[in-house]
Order: sequence, then structure tokens, then C-alpha cells
Amino acid sequence: MLFGFPITGETVAYFVLALIIITSGVFLMTLRNVMHMALALGGVFLGVAGIFIILGADFVGIVQVMIYAGAITILMVFSLMLTHSRRKTDEEPEVGGLRGTVTFIGVAVVVGAILLVVRKTSWPVSPTALQPFHQSTVLLIADALFHTYTIQFELVSAILTAALVGAVIIARKEEQ
Amino acid sequence: MALQPFLALGAILFGIGLYGALTKRNLIIVLISVEMMLNAANINLVAFSHFAVTPNVDGQVYALFNIAIAAAEVAVGLAILLSFFRIRNSSDVRDVNLMKW
Repeated sequence: MLFGFPITGETVAYFVLALIIITSGVFLMTLRNVMHMALALGGVFLGVAGIFIILGADFVGIVQVMIYAGAITILMVFSLMLTHSRRKTDEEPEVGGLRGTVTFIGVAVVVGAILLVVRKTSWPVSPTALQPFHQSTVLLIADALFHTYTIQFELVSAILTAALVGAVIIARKEEQ
Repeated sequence: MALQPFLALGAILFGIGLYGALTKRNLIIVLISVEMMLNAANINLVAFSHFAVTPNVDGQVYALFNIAIAAAEVAVGLAILLSFFRIRNSSDVRDVNLMKW
């Protein structure tokens, strides 16, 4: 038994991935070099992709690897390089002592309350928790996207187009 | 596995992201922290989709929408950041006071 759960491959994979995610997250908050922080971000995103695959959401896991671990991490690294400021290297990267401590205590209280509620609530148990989907989730997701959620899907594509055009306009250099 | 460990992991990841978004002074690190909070929400959505009494993929579809919106947010956020850096030569949150009065 591992923290009250029987030792199976799934349990071991969950604890390894949770350890990777939380360690990378803590590194992300404590490291000084911003480039190392961006690399720790990749660890968080890959760990979350592993959690998705444990949960049977293989398509979402692969999308997570492609968009988050691939595109967004690289975009963050690029913008860290482009906005590297040489003049203030000695400046504190965080808010000062008292405000930092108060924020930490506040966040700890919020997370503790959420954890307590998660523990106290009796969640309904699914009878098919081990293998809930009897066919490939790609087929199920395609069916949901193109039959049930067609309008939302089209709206998301409109938002993506508008955001990309807007990003190009905003980041363009102003010609005099 | 049960539902609770995944919800607990999501809560802890959300807490780490919230702390970073509230205390860090580099704009890009604040954006990264917001992305971590969105990821925590995605973990919860996919976990509920897996452990629901009648399992369905609605949670996964919402997670996909969430990822698409997050990608749009990163694109616009980094564009604003680059444009801001060009005029102020800084990426500090305290320097973003152009629209304050």
C-alpha cells in the first residue's frame, strides 16, 4: 500500500509524475535565472501531459505536449531572450519579505481549504473507473467537437484568428 | 486510483501558480504562472471526465478549448510585452503604469 492506494503501475506512475510536477513548480518559483525557470516550466507541462495520459485522455495529453511543452515553452524562452534587460541585474525578482510571507500564508490557507474539501467530500464512485472509454477517445472527441459543440468550436477558431492577427498588429514596429 | 489524488495535485499546482503570479516581478514569469494555473484547471476537467458516474469526453473537450484559449492569451500577452519593452526597455510589472492616472 502506498499512501492508502494499492501498488499498481498506475499508482506508481501517478506519484512519479506528481513528484516531477511539484518539484518543477517549486524550482520555477525559487530559481534565480529566468532561463532555468523556463526549462522548469517544460517539466511541469510534460508532467501534466503524463497525468492526462494516466487519466485515459491520450489525445489531450498529446495536444498538451505539442502546444504547451512545445510551442508555449519555446515562445516564453524567445521572449525572455528578446526582453533581456542588462541594466538591472541586482534587482530583487520578487516582492519584499513581509508581502511575500503574507502572500505565501494566504495561498497556503486557500490550498489547504481546497485540500480539506476534496478530502471531506464523498465523491460518487464510477463503476467503470478503470476503463471508462470503450473506444478510442479520438473518435469520441471528434464526435463531441463536430456534433455537440460545433458552434463553440467555430467560435474558438474565430478567437484564435483574431488573437493571432491582433498579436501581429500589436507587436509590429510603428513606422513613422 | 481514485478521484481525490488528481484533485489534490490540481490544487497544489494552482497554489504554486497563484503564489508566482502574486509575488514575481518579471512580466513573463507572471504569464508563466498564469499558464500553470490554467494547467491545474485542465487536470481537474480531465479527472472529472474520467471519474464521472457516466464517463464522457465533455471534460476533455472543455480542456481542449481551454488549451486553445490559453494559446491565444499567450500570443496576445507576449505581443503586448514586446511592444511595452520597446518603449520602456523593461519587463518589470511595476513599470507597467502607462494607463494609470
